[in-house]
Amino acid sequence: MKVTQSNNLWTIVRYQLNNALRSRWVLFHGLLYFVLAEGLLVLTGSSDKSLLSMVNVVLLLTPLISLMFGTIHLYNERSFILLMLTQPIKRRLLFTALFVGLAAPLAGTFALGMAVPFAIHVKITGATLERLLLLIGSGALLTLIFTALAFLIAVRQTDRIRGVGVALIVWLAFAVVYDGLILVVVSTFAAYPVEKPLLALMMGNPIDLARIIIMMSFDAGALMGYTGAVFTRFFGSIVGTGIAFTAMAIWTIVPYRFAGRAFRKQDF
Amino acid sequence: MYLVSEATAPVELIGLHKSFGQNHVLGGVDLTLKHGEATAIVGPNGAGKTTLIKCLLGLTHPDDGVIRIGGREVDDDVSYRSAIGYMPQHPDFPDNLSTREIIDLLQQLRGNEHVDLSLQRLMELDREMDKPVRALSGGTRQKLSAVLAFMFKPPILVLDEPTAGLDPIASSALKDHIMAEKKRGATMILTSHVMSDLEELSDRVVFLLDGIIRFDGSLQDIRQRTGESKLERAIAQMLRGEAA
Repeated sequence: MKVTQSNNLWTIVRYQLNNALRSRWVLFHGLLYFVLAEGLLVLTGSSDKSLLSMVNVVLLLTPLISLMFGTIHLYNERSFILLMLTQPIKRRLLFTALFVGLAAPLAGTFALGMAVPFAIHVKITGATLERLLLLIGSGALLTLIFTALAFLIAVRQTDRIRGVGVALIVWLAFAVVYDGLILVVVSTFAAYPVEKPLLALMMGNPIDLARIIIMMSFDAGALMGYTGAVFTRFFGSIVGTGIAFTAMAIWTIVPYRFAGRAFRKQDF
Repeated sequence: MYLVSEATAPVELIGLHKSFGQNHVLGGVDLTLKHGEATAIVGPNGAGKTTLIKCLLGLTHPDDGVIRIGGREVDDDVSYRSAIGYMPQHPDFPDNLSTREIIDLLQQLRGNEHVDLSLQRLMELDREMDKPVRALSGGTRQKLSAVLAFMFKPPILVLDEPTAGLDPIASSALKDHIMAEKKRGATMILTSHVMSDLEELSDRVVFLLDGIIRFDGSLQDIRQRTGESKLERAIAQMLRGEAA
């Protein structure tokens, strides 16, 4: 029985992937990052400058795209979900397949779109390779995290328009509002030692975590800002990166689990 | 495949309750279906027909009550679903997959069980096999839905508006197929707004109103009770009677 279920997982994922690869959005998604990275490389002529510019693009775009695609995908796949649920397939398994079927092509085309221009233009050596891999790795993790959040939104909010609206608000909250709040906290409590509470606050935003991971690899203290400096001072570069990655992994698992549980209880 | 033996009722619903918020959709439905019998579920819009069907399929979780398929209570084990073929009211499939790929997908998920694709030929779906679903008309999707429901020869068939959108050739082919499967011993649950279809296909009528079964009997019974020879008129009269 177990064997059949895992075979079924692979069967559904493969069909989802076929479906994704044949629709244009996956290609466009890869192309988007390809054009951005290629453009920056041609314009700046420097791999480090291009990488730094791509950091901000990746930190803003991967969460936005994952949230939008994730919610819309789940609404669009409703009929496929209904078809699958009338087959002898466990909901837990179907949910996993839906997640992998979307997150894998999103993360994959993102990674390819980023990597190819660098591979073409630059002789990638030690430090650059590490930075590129960290950027691609954290971008891919952000894709998983925000796809999981998107699934959570789409399962809890069955109205498509409201779901997409909530997804946009979540993106704004993490990408824009959160950092503003941190600034407010820092300036309000400027007279107090706020480093430790600040560390806790940074764990609450996966985009901040990704920024820390990448910035620490650039040894760019000034660019890290206050929070990044605090983080490095507390943990050092390697431990800090490890902690940030662990926190991002938790950020993937928790929304995924909540969304999965809601999916199993959902009435279709 | 999940075994549904002759000795037990294929489908048993006992005290089924379901509410969506304040809206009590099913208020204690008891229904036992027999082998080789086609039961039409009729009732006005919002009577609970679709919710009843969805509870049976496991798409909706009832608040209270028991569902037995082939004598076994339905729980987390989903294998009972291999005993049920389902034609949803609004069939839709992933846009980019072809008709053939969708049939293959279900076949693979069932572990390459032997399939009966005679309906595919009868409904002239052969020419559409390699087209992506997005290029299919509503009627053709309905044909695909019929093929999928019948291809594993399941002992239980749940058909929600099965002939909606079908051309006369496909519609007759499907109805012939339904009759043949019934003769073979399959249990059917049908809903339709086409009363002549229900008249032609069903043996028993269950009249559902506000989530409660108000009438359960043969076509003959309903005609006698209302004094109307046509099912449509008989049901309309029952609706008026219930409303008064």
